[in-house]
Amino acid sequence: MEVTAHQPTAQPPLGMLAELTHRCPLHCPYCSNPIELVTRENELSTDEWLDVVGQARELGVLQVHLSGGEPLARHDLPVLVSRAADLGCYVNLVTSGLGLTEERLTDLVDRGLAHVQLSVQGADAETANRIAGVKAHAHKLKAAQAVKELDIPLTVNVVLHRANHHQVADLIALAERMGADRLELANTQYYGWGLRNRSALMPTAEQLAEAEPIVRAATERLRDTMQIVYVVADYYSPYPKPCMYGWGSRQLTVAPNGDVLPCPAASSITTLTLDNVRSRNLADIWYRSAAFNAYRGEDWLPDPCRGCSRKGIDFGGCRCQAFLLTGDAGATDPVCSLSPDRGLIDTILASTPSEPPELVMRQNTIKVV
Amino acid sequence: MSMIGLDSAPRLRRGVRLTYDKTRETHVLLFPEGVLVPNKTAAAVLELCDGVATVAEIAAELGRRYEGVRVEDVRNVLTRLEERRVVEWK
Repeated sequence: MEVTAHQPTAQPPLGMLAELTHRCPLHCPYCSNPIELVTRENELSTDEWLDVVGQARELGVLQVHLSGGEPLARHDLPVLVSRAADLGCYVNLVTSGLGLTEERLTDLVDRGLAHVQLSVQGADAETANRIAGVKAHAHKLKAAQAVKELDIPLTVNVVLHRANHHQVADLIALAERMGADRLELANTQYYGWGLRNRSALMPTAEQLAEAEPIVRAATERLRDTMQIVYVVADYYSPYPKPCMYGWGSRQLTVAPNGDVLPCPAASSITTLTLDNVRSRNLADIWYRSAAFNAYRGEDWLPDPCRGCSRKGIDFGGCRCQAFLLTGDAGATDPVCSLSPDRGLIDTILASTPSEPPELVMRQNTIKVV
Repeated sequence: MSMIGLDSAPRLRRGVRLTYDKTRETHVLLFPEGVLVPNKTAAAVLELCDGVATVAEIAAELGRRYEGVRVEDVRNVLTRLEERRVVEWK
């Protein structure tokens, strides 16, 4: 008979997504930030972030992704880059490119910034600016040029949806012109703002069928020059995506207010009790908190996942999606064709409107340039 | 895939960094969105890949530190690391 509570064993995390702020000059209607954004007064201070970076490295974090919102909105970004780089981390800046002048970038690279991920909203200025809700496209082209001049790796990130899916070939060509080393073409994930705008953003089956051979051919053609990562539209897939490669397995996210999340969208799971770096040590949160252990390992898996041969591939799918669509974060991801809730997804797809409704643009923005 | 020449000077590819991780007590290779753990032999070779030292010089240096280092083994390691897009040479 067991006398101690079973704790799934966890490996140290490889990566930390540090969401330095929710402030952002863009208004993208699929923003991955929550609808309830953290305000500037509630953001961690410089000293608190420096401490978090130190704790993360101590815990085993090797990749630090400085993100947001727009991380350049934080004036202490340079010292945070220095701290993470000096500790031996690979430092990645996830940016809209607005405010990324050659001067600022040169300073960040001197401090040890290793990689830039630049978001692009569309293949041409008109489409891109409409989706971003601000005239951003020209700034992005300049930012990409600055990254290439400093000779550090560039990843272009594109979120695909109904209003830009037809541009996939042109988006690939744009990333090539920008000199990207990697291109992420990610179909929209439906949390936060994306969920609010789901009926407008959901691509049609025809759009997906047209895009896939284009992406496949480009992936092959550019194999030696630009790696293309295509994230499928999971509502249309028979199986769910491998959410975080296992809950509490590889990466943690720290929100602007210090909340520590097992997945960037996990604040949408309202049944989860989140810990905060202001009141608990990062290692303690990673190894021992209720939130990180809730869906770690395989013991929590529901049927039909428990006996499924794919459980080591997709880990039951996305916990946030399970919660948002079924009300139970411990349910099988309803995207899965084996889920008893798959009907929810089919109903949503069947009700995709022939003409998409207006997009609700993300609010609460600031000027950072 | 051709074998690296003895007079080539390998270096880490742009964007790839080699560092020692004291948490895991091993060298790690870091690059955009990825981490690789080289074995001890590969790590010893990688530490000497500065774009200046040639394969012959790297093998000679390793030979001073360890017994039984053969230049062919060093070439094999470098060829494999090139296939994994970790090192490059001109």
